[in-house]
Amino acid sequence: MQLEAMDRELMCSGHVGCPGCGATIAMRFMLKALGEKTVMVLPACCWSVIAGPFPQSSLKIPVIHTAFETGGATASGVRAALDMRGDEETTVVTWAGDGGTFDIGFQALSGAVERNENFIYICYDNEAYMNTGIQRSSSTPYGAWTTTTSGSDWKKLRKKNIVEALVAHRIPYAATANIAYPEDLVRKVKKAKEVKGSRFLHIYASCPTGWRIPSEMSIKIARMAVQTNIFPLYEVENGVNYTINVKPREYLVREYFKLQGRFRHLSEEDLDQIQAMVNEDWELLLRKAGEHA
Amino acid sequence: MKKVLEGSQAVAEAVRLAKVQVISAYPITPQTHIVELLSDYVTTGKMNAKYLRVESEHSCMAALIGAQSAGVRTFTATCSQGLALMHELLHWASGARLPIVMGEVNRALAPGWNIWSDQTDSLAQRDTGWMQIYCEDSQEVLDSTIMAYRLAERVNLPAMVVLDAFFLSHTYEPVDVPEQEEVDRFLPPYNPVFILDPKHPYSLSPLVTPNAYLEMRHDIALAMEDALAIFDEVEGEFARILGRRYGMVEEIDCDDADIVFVTSGTVTSTARLALEELRARGEKVGALKIKLFRPFPVEAVRRVLGKARKVIVVDRNFSFGASGIFAQEVRAALCNSPGHPPVFGYIAGLGGRDITTQMLSNIYFEVKKSEAPRRESVWVGLQEVNRAT
Repeated sequence: MQLEAMDRELMCSGHVGCPGCGATIAMRFMLKALGEKTVMVLPACCWSVIAGPFPQSSLKIPVIHTAFETGGATASGVRAALDMRGDEETTVVTWAGDGGTFDIGFQALSGAVERNENFIYICYDNEAYMNTGIQRSSSTPYGAWTTTTSGSDWKKLRKKNIVEALVAHRIPYAATANIAYPEDLVRKVKKAKEVKGSRFLHIYASCPTGWRIPSEMSIKIARMAVQTNIFPLYEVENGVNYTINVKPREYLVREYFKLQGRFRHLSEEDLDQIQAMVNEDWELLLRKAGEHA
Repeated sequence: MKKVLEGSQAVAEAVRLAKVQVISAYPITPQTHIVELLSDYVTTGKMNAKYLRVESEHSCMAALIGAQSAGVRTFTATCSQGLALMHELLHWASGARLPIVMGEVNRALAPGWNIWSDQTDSLAQRDTGWMQIYCEDSQEVLDSTIMAYRLAERVNLPAMVVLDAFFLSHTYEPVDVPEQEEVDRFLPPYNPVFILDPKHPYSLSPLVTPNAYLEMRHDIALAMEDALAIFDEVEGEFARILGRRYGMVEEIDCDDADIVFVTSGTVTSTARLALEELRARGEKVGALKIKLFRPFPVEAVRRVLGKARKVIVVDRNFSFGASGIFAQEVRAALCNSPGHPPVFGYIAGLGGRDITTQMLSNIYFEVKKSEAPRRESVWVGLQEVNRAT
């Protein structure tokens, strides 16, 4: 890999993430791309704990921990204050989980990007409330077991399409990224850093604990999410210009689902239905990008 | 310079003079002229500040927490529903030791929808770790807002300056607006020790285990105690430069009084008039205005009320299942003093109903002839109501 950013380490050992945690990998690469001149807003999420308890921190940048639903709003205030102090160079980044982004923090996020606040909002998505005990969020995918969608009551609703919700705000930059594609992730963070206004990144971050997978499968599962078109890698500029970064189609979704304990209960018919849903979403994305399958 | 200002305008003038750098506000239920004026000041360059037009009161306080943590002076104004929505973050602001200052216009909580004066909104936030300063007139509103910054930044705790809806917020009075140079001498630039700065990467408000949480809470308790002493110091400094001071409590004709009213906010002005009438009739009556509610001036309240034979607390607020909230605090302050006077609690004027001198006079004579309170709280002026069966 010929990336200068890769030499920089702004995340220390000693964090308290689970083995194989996708969110720690996402943080590490994100910080490599963003650099020291960064202030991080950290609403309640796995990383509130992973960063380590007072008086220690595994992050070598200034961090403000804040309430669950305030990622967009707190960052707006930090940005305003830095600007008032004449510091327009430092990047303000909110680093939030899917619960804090898709659910409880959605209002503050929508408000902040409608105002086109000059910051980067990054959602690392592990598809449930993992820190609090694997409860379902609106990011939990169709078919998944969680502690609040258990037994025959597994989630029978689609995952909210958060990127499209942000794109609908016509923000300058929105993109997806994935821990199994670090070059793409680093490039997108660097690109986001150069854009003015509200920028949104949605990073797929696998969770061995919550997904019931072995920790060494974390990256493999993440890669398969892209290769099955379940989590396409793409970016959208100014709410209209779509670019699909990877067009793989190497696996059927059942191969991705069969590896994960959270989907163990699904029947072949269920998997067929999910395949149809994934195909439909992919076709929709191709149409938006002006491409046809 | 003397100007004729609304209470709301007095707040805005104080915020301008305090050189606040980030303002955030949301137009809930409804807002007041405070934030409209500030928006105008920022747009026209009368203030060098950022103004965040956020999408909720919750986000408003979150934005101020972010801004104050990044090292600038901040302000917002709210009332009733908006303050209730902020509740979680009121705790956050004090826990993070951020000297945010808020103008809080006392309005009734819904339902039923009622935008008129009622103190239950701010008093329901008494355990959030915010200092609370209640004002009687627009001059006091302006002066208290400026002083609130000095006090808050000395003890690293947030402060709300509280004013009655309409009776103060929308009433015009002559107000002496200080010169910028005078305020600058009183209020130095905000210079916090710990801020968000890439050169010194601190982690603010992180995970805290039981090993340290208790001590952090104790530090807040100590800061509140400090604020009691520093309040007088700050007022002394303000008086030296601007010639006005108020006191955390004010004694009105208390020296020889057998019966003392306890009041807060604009009801105090009504009590002053009632006292004039009663004194003219030879009644030995006084009033104690409580300006500082958090931290609660226990010693001062004990000292003044300990001399009285009976105490009347008039509350424009109520804690359901208990009593008027100032009455609770007064009882708590007195309960360890041997031979303390009985406390007669009266509830009046909720949701903006007028509290008149006649009402206070009637209360006075009722208490004068009673040995002990007939109930914990007596509701004044209740009308016949046709209730649905």
